[in-house]
Amino acid sequence: MLIALLAVAIGATIISGMVTVYYDAPQQMGREFRSYGANMLLVPSGDQQWLAQSDLQNVIGYLPADKLVGAAPFLYEKIKINEQPILTAGTDFDEVQKVSPYWQITGKWPVTGSKEILLGAELAERMKIVPGQSLILTTGAEQTETKAVVAGIVRTGGKEEQVAFMDLSLLQKLLQKNEQISLAQVSIVANQTELQTLADKISEKNPMLAPRLLQQVAHSEQTVLKKLQALVFLVTIVVLLLTLICVATTMMAVVTERRKEIGLKKALGADNKAIVLDFLGEGCVLGALGGFLGIALGFFFAQSVSINVFGRAIGFSPMIAVFSLCLSIVVTGIASLIPVRIAINVEPAIVLRGE
Amino acid sequence: MSLLELKDVCMTYGKVKALQDINLVVEKGEWLALMGPSGSGKTTLMNIIGCMDKATSGSIILDDRDLSNVSKNELTLLRRDKIGLVFQQFHLIPYLTAVENVMIAQYYHSMPDEAEALAALDRVGLKDRASHLPSQLSGGEQQRVCIARALINYPMLILADEPTGNLDEANEEIVMKIFQELHTEGHTILTVTHDLEVGKQAEKCIIIDHGRIAESKYNR
Repeated sequence: MLIALLAVAIGATIISGMVTVYYDAPQQMGREFRSYGANMLLVPSGDQQWLAQSDLQNVIGYLPADKLVGAAPFLYEKIKINEQPILTAGTDFDEVQKVSPYWQITGKWPVTGSKEILLGAELAERMKIVPGQSLILTTGAEQTETKAVVAGIVRTGGKEEQVAFMDLSLLQKLLQKNEQISLAQVSIVANQTELQTLADKISEKNPMLAPRLLQQVAHSEQTVLKKLQALVFLVTIVVLLLTLICVATTMMAVVTERRKEIGLKKALGADNKAIVLDFLGEGCVLGALGGFLGIALGFFFAQSVSINVFGRAIGFSPMIAVFSLCLSIVVTGIASLIPVRIAINVEPAIVLRGE
Repeated sequence: MSLLELKDVCMTYGKVKALQDINLVVEKGEWLALMGPSGSGKTTLMNIIGCMDKATSGSIILDDRDLSNVSKNELTLLRRDKIGLVFQQFHLIPYLTAVENVMIAQYYHSMPDEAEALAALDRVGLKDRASHLPSQLSGGEQQRVCIARALINYPMLILADEPTGNLDEANEEIVMKIFQELHTEGHTILTVTHDLEVGKQAEKCIIIDHGRIAESKYNR
């Protein structure tokens, strides 16, 4: 019986853990995917050239705060750096670090509000500039010169390596384009459908903005998640079957062991219904005990998976606990059906014969 | 009026004839001893009378009910309501106490009643051993618990299979005294025994040999 209890407990542990991972993985993986960059772009709608920074603030206001990873504004303009025309982007470095945590910096990130510059790696190589060096920025019709220092060199493996980045407010001031941005990169934890819903909401509330989903990123996320969930589902089914077989085998051994007791009960007047209720009752108690044990162990299992794989803790879900408990009872009940059938076929006369 | 009547009862297992043309009448309040050598068919006859097996042919009337055409489930109900079984090997459930072993018969019959179960144990002189497990009781005490269990549902017929077969002389005496008292109180008893001394205490002895009733005699 202890073996059956252990089998149910282990089964319930895996099921409870797997179901927790099944439901939690999309959220955990969603956050994980966000480290690969933005999944939505906000660009000016129609023929407009610019976006108002206040529009972006407005959008951030109604996006779900717990799902929003970051929203980085960008203002692109060519300016002269050391007398060479260079594509320069003004941005909020704090937000860029949230939206694009994969950027690799040599040196350090520029301090927000300072006259520090982050140079793309290709650009820095072409200009032969290293972190710490000073640069002269020339802007406007009056060719105003501003001195800036290179804080770091950025490697992204993309076009960002050909761009110079500086503080958004500094570039806006130099270009006299206060409150103007070219686009914003948004990173949000959501699946493809949720993203589309958010994009529609943004279009409706801010007609000046045209949200664009980065389809490839969203689609890849969805594919990986679906495959992961299918794998978890398959493992859960296999574990369920193994538990079923183990409990059925153990219960059959229990029935064989207690054949004499069953015969005696029948000799004393127990009808088939009473024997069925006895064994199904035992099976259900076994399922419930194993289920409770499994829920506790399963939570620790899922917690351990979540912390080790995703680096985040998960919360206890009463719904999953109830589901695992019911499943344990049902599986044990089903596993008891064959042993119960054997039990009701025991002849009471075996007791008198002393077999 | 008779409590049990067997007419031309036969029982065959394949080609083996275990019982042949058994005719037997047991009156209410009678004490009968079924005797005979091993393999003579005593246990087979007891299984049929105890509603645990069905005869191949013949009729068995128990308390005006013909057992030859009832289902297995009906046999179980008849056994539960009308028969009290006493076994040679006691067959107590090892993880239940003496009183619980008595109450289990109540559980399958109607409803467990601890006071009544204790009274039944008191009847066989074991009230003070009620909370003991079978392993803590002597063979004689276990057999008395078995008798208390057989009596608890007020059966019409007590069937005892070698009730003293596993007991020493002193305990045999105690158990047989209980049977004497039950007989005096008017219980109908059928014992299966090898022991001549035990057989002699019954009112009537039926000797079975090769599946047939070889002899039927009154002891007094």
